[in-house]
Amino acid sequence: MDDKGVKFVIGIYEDEDVLLDAISSVRAKGVNIYEVYSPFPVHGIESRLGYKRSRLSIAAFCFGFLGTCLALTMMIGMTTIDWPMIIGGKDFLPLPVFIPVTFEMTVLLSAFGMVGTFFVISDLKPWGKPKTFDLRSTDDKHVMAIEIEKNNMSEAALKKLLKSNGASEANSKLMDE
Amino acid sequence: MHVESKLRKPLITGGKTLHDVSEDICKRVEQKPSLYWYAAMIISNITLIVGAYAVYRTLWDGIGMWGLNKTVMWAWDITNFVWWVGIGHAGTLISAILLLFRQRWRMAINRSAEAMTIFAVICAAMFPLLHMGRLWIGLIWVLPLPNTYGSLWVNFASPLLWDVFAITTYFSVSLVFWYIGLIPDFATIRDRAKKAGRKVSAYIYGGLSFGWDGAAKTWSRYETVSLVLAGLATPLVLSVHTIVSMDFATSVIPGWHTTIFPPYFVAGAIFSGFAMVLTLLIITRKVYNLEDYITIKHLELMNIVIIVTGSIVGIAYLTELFMAWYSGVAYEQYAFYNRVTGPYWWAYWSMMTCNVISPQLFWFKKIRTNIVATFIISIIVNIGMWFERFVIIVTSLHRDYLPSSWAMFYPTIYDLGMYIFTFGLFFTAFLAFSKYFPVINMAEVKSILKHTGEKVKK
Repeated sequence: MDDKGVKFVIGIYEDEDVLLDAISSVRAKGVNIYEVYSPFPVHGIESRLGYKRSRLSIAAFCFGFLGTCLALTMMIGMTTIDWPMIIGGKDFLPLPVFIPVTFEMTVLLSAFGMVGTFFVISDLKPWGKPKTFDLRSTDDKHVMAIEIEKNNMSEAALKKLLKSNGASEANSKLMDE
Repeated sequence: MHVESKLRKPLITGGKTLHDVSEDICKRVEQKPSLYWYAAMIISNITLIVGAYAVYRTLWDGIGMWGLNKTVMWAWDITNFVWWVGIGHAGTLISAILLLFRQRWRMAINRSAEAMTIFAVICAAMFPLLHMGRLWIGLIWVLPLPNTYGSLWVNFASPLLWDVFAITTYFSVSLVFWYIGLIPDFATIRDRAKKAGRKVSAYIYGGLSFGWDGAAKTWSRYETVSLVLAGLATPLVLSVHTIVSMDFATSVIPGWHTTIFPPYFVAGAIFSGFAMVLTLLIITRKVYNLEDYITIKHLELMNIVIIVTGSIVGIAYLTELFMAWYSGVAYEQYAFYNRVTGPYWWAYWSMMTCNVISPQLFWFKKIRTNIVATFIISIIVNIGMWFERFVIIVTSLHRDYLPSSWAMFYPTIYDLGMYIFTFGLFFTAFLAFSKYFPVINMAEVKSILKHTGEKVKK
């Protein structure tokens, strides 16, 4: 085997509850898990892996606020300052009239801003390159990947650890970084 | 570990495993379509082409080709517009509001309902666009862009402009919501294609899946994104038909100028949207053998939504009549008297029968769990909802304040052709979707399989 790339040990899990317990026991042994890949969202996996809650909702709020400001600036600039006109007997700054457009612009920018941020931080883009440890991880298997170099245990010991924690298979995989 | 009451019926039957889910759904994408699909596609394409002639004449000769006259200056175009937009309410409602309420039965139906939403909104948009006449000019004039007239800006006090913002926002946010859900499923198709050595589809779905690999970190962000999008889409769904109703409610025409319109239109939209979802899903589940995913339980739950919204619509009709009488305004009273007994009585009573009486049959469990009955009633509801818009629009206009300007509306074949065109567009798009896209959200269905699959529930 040539030495290019990073060597991983991967554990294949069939069941999400076995996987969750395995994550806890493997981490309790001081093993650093690179990432877990699942075909569907497994509830409670973030806390087991020690991930913090995503701050994307804050991004959504900020973009939404930007949308509100942009909409109001646009409408006040156009109908109050640039070309004031009385429509339906309302004054030059008819705020209730601005509600629908302001609301729509808030939602539009909030949604697009948040999704855009999600794509950028998760490196999702058309023809992006997936990290595929095992092709079955988008079908029916959960894959736990452990980078050998980042841990003190040997490859064989890691495999044994995964097997003892319910992995149906424990394989080696060379990934080019 | 998740614990669920044994009393609840399984949402997925047939003892499926995770792999079976991928197999059942991806197979439709990977295999050659059936003869039924080709037949349906050919019929849809013919419909589209026949309708396209009406669109061509409308663009070339102008909207004088339609049956509009000085008194009835809005008729089929806006009727069809509101009808399609209403249908377009179910998808995002199912995926957003039912997500917030944690209704897990949404998972089998949200994908196709959202697709239906997107195509229905495109069909709806055809009508205001073509009503502009020279749409290449109109398209620019509805946007707040600087121009050589001053700039003379768009009128932000007009509900028609609010509609432009509401519908474009609704369309684009629904599209994003739908696409986000599709990404993990495209990745499944991509990996299956890689495994089987199908290079072209691995390349195409590789592009569509955005490099998704199902990492726990990405799933965690994905869940946050879905939840926030659901939170944003919920008021958005309600706002769209509210604003559509304001096209009428902010005017001073008797029969339109009522405060009940926004909630009444929203309920009507959900009502017709669910009816169209039922019509489409009953066919889809049969043609694609998806009976284990879209079960009778799913159809029954949708039928319950139909009873609730249908009853709200019924109460709204009666409230309108009561308020017209109670207001003491002669014009308002006449508008409703004319609706019920005037020359368009048949449209009013078709609406009442289809929308108020027919969904009440779903109180009987035998009827709401019967596929044939559900299919028939879902079509009746859609016919009724078309009549509702026709009644509101045409009967309020055709007897103007002066009897000398009273008129009737007679559609031309171009009115009909425009409507046929949108049907062709809708079904062509839906059939293409059902062939090339996973029709059921595999990732979500897999996530509930362990707790509500038949294996654990027995």
